[in-house]
Amino acid sequence: MSRARTRTATTLAAHAVLIAYTLVALFPVFVILINSFKTRRAIFREPLALPHAESFSLIGYETVLKQGDFLLYFQNSMIVTVVSLFLILLLGAMAAFALSEYRFPGNALMGLYLALGIMIPIRIGTVAILELMVSTGLVNTLWALILVYTAQGLPLAVFILSSFMKGISDDLKNAGRIDGLSEYVIFFRLVLPLVRPALATVAVFNMIPIWNDLWFPLILAPAEATKTLTLGSQVFIGQFVTDWNAVLSALALAILPVMVLYVLFSRQIIRGLTSGAVK
Amino acid sequence: MTVPAPHRRRPRWHIAVFLAPAVAIYTAVMIFPLFNTLRLAFYTREGQERVFAGLDNFRTLFLDPLWAEQFWNALGNNFWFFLIHMAVQNPIGIALAALLSSPRLRFAAFYRSAIFVPTILSFVIVGFAWKLILSPIWGIAPGMLDAVGLKGLFQPWLGQEETALTTLALISVWQFVGIPMMLIYAALLTIPEEILEAAECDGITGWAAFWKIKLPLILPSIGIISILTFVGNFNAFDLIYAAQGALAGPDFSTDILGTFLYRTFFGFQLQLGNPHMGAAIASAMFLIILAGVSLYLFVVQRRLRHYQF
Repeated sequence: MSRARTRTATTLAAHAVLIAYTLVALFPVFVILINSFKTRRAIFREPLALPHAESFSLIGYETVLKQGDFLLYFQNSMIVTVVSLFLILLLGAMAAFALSEYRFPGNALMGLYLALGIMIPIRIGTVAILELMVSTGLVNTLWALILVYTAQGLPLAVFILSSFMKGISDDLKNAGRIDGLSEYVIFFRLVLPLVRPALATVAVFNMIPIWNDLWFPLILAPAEATKTLTLGSQVFIGQFVTDWNAVLSALALAILPVMVLYVLFSRQIIRGLTSGAVK
Repeated sequence: MTVPAPHRRRPRWHIAVFLAPAVAIYTAVMIFPLFNTLRLAFYTREGQERVFAGLDNFRTLFLDPLWAEQFWNALGNNFWFFLIHMAVQNPIGIALAALLSSPRLRFAAFYRSAIFVPTILSFVIVGFAWKLILSPIWGIAPGMLDAVGLKGLFQPWLGQEETALTTLALISVWQFVGIPMMLIYAALLTIPEEILEAAECDGITGWAAFWKIKLPLILPSIGIISILTFVGNFNAFDLIYAAQGALAGPDFSTDILGTFLYRTFFGFQLQLGNPHMGAAIASAMFLIILAGVSLYLFVVQRRLRHYQF
């Protein structure tokens, strides 16, 4: 009896701690969102109140949409993220297949070479990357960002995908070979569909850091036409720092797409993180 | 070699086709610039020419009073930033994971997803959101402290030299606590039921079970988290830049290696950009990260016993 009671007490305490921390985690997002829909006076007078008929206002959003080119920024971020992810997955899977499927001289060495980049951040090479992009004329184009993010994502992608591909049965591939399928058809038709879960893991690992990066957009593509959403909102907020309505609305607009992605992919993100991919 | 015959006779061009694109992009955009940056650290500019300067840049960086003060300040701040992460982020992450993994806990999936939300937000959002909340002008933080009768405790934490860096480190901990939580949660789930049951038979339950059985089993995960945090902290930049600007105010008290590199490389306000000194700072960062990673790989990881179930 007493044992059951202590167990209930422990469970209640666990819930209390978790609820408290959940509030700490969500509170800033909540404050930003509710205040972005208020008049300037209400923002200051009752910062924690929900917007109601009297205090409701969209003035901040009007300023943001009029002054900042958020649609363009969003489109740039979308292009950079999607194309980089596509290249990381396709090229990473191809390299992983070569390393895990065939024995050739230098195989282990090549694996080690590609694994170097897992631990060393690409930012260290920024000085020479900028020089490279200037000399190839790619500076202030989205391609500069796409190439950098692809290079940054490939090492971990090859590592995760090749360990996954080693687990695929040889019988299937050899059956394909006996049927006269080329190595390319075997890769695209037989192997790729089987590693879909690992591809999802790699995608979610890369998606959020690419979308949120500020360093490379700031250095490689700061022009108005190539600003990403992260850089665009940073610059916008810096300029409108005294216009609280505009700042809060810009923050809310920057939160929105990531939250949508998170709600859509949270199951994969959590499964990816907990599947022991980082072993 | 016992490779089955069918694909051995033809020349195997497909291996090159599969490997080439990834290796080319990785080499051209990552490895080559990395070594080129290390090389540029040994050069300097004279007029329009790039000339070899030996160790001059490093001598300036470590010894010239103008530079050395900034460099050691940034390095020291960076270590403090890392220490706060280790001392706060890991214990909170472990505690949350331990709570989440308790058997038959309801709403665990909800808590997990909610606590992970800050991790997916960009530094720009996090930096500005906290700047607003902690701002004395807006009054959310003083108002809330007032509600619990602690108004006297409020200070403009981000505006004071003594507290700004620690405040930023805690904001960063708030943002990233989801990652250790998830990794440790995953590690706790892999501990087999039988081990815990056997311990229970011996009378080891609750706290004792956590300290004596679970904690030693998740040490390898704590090691991985520590090295990920180390690498992340020593090339951090975005949060400080978003919250305090490139000058890492007040009076450089929040300057870390990333912001120092940015200012040196690009120049800021009165200071002109200097790619060669920038390369020297990047090389120092490279050596620090390399030292940390080697220490982990060759010392820490070898001592940690990995248990196979």
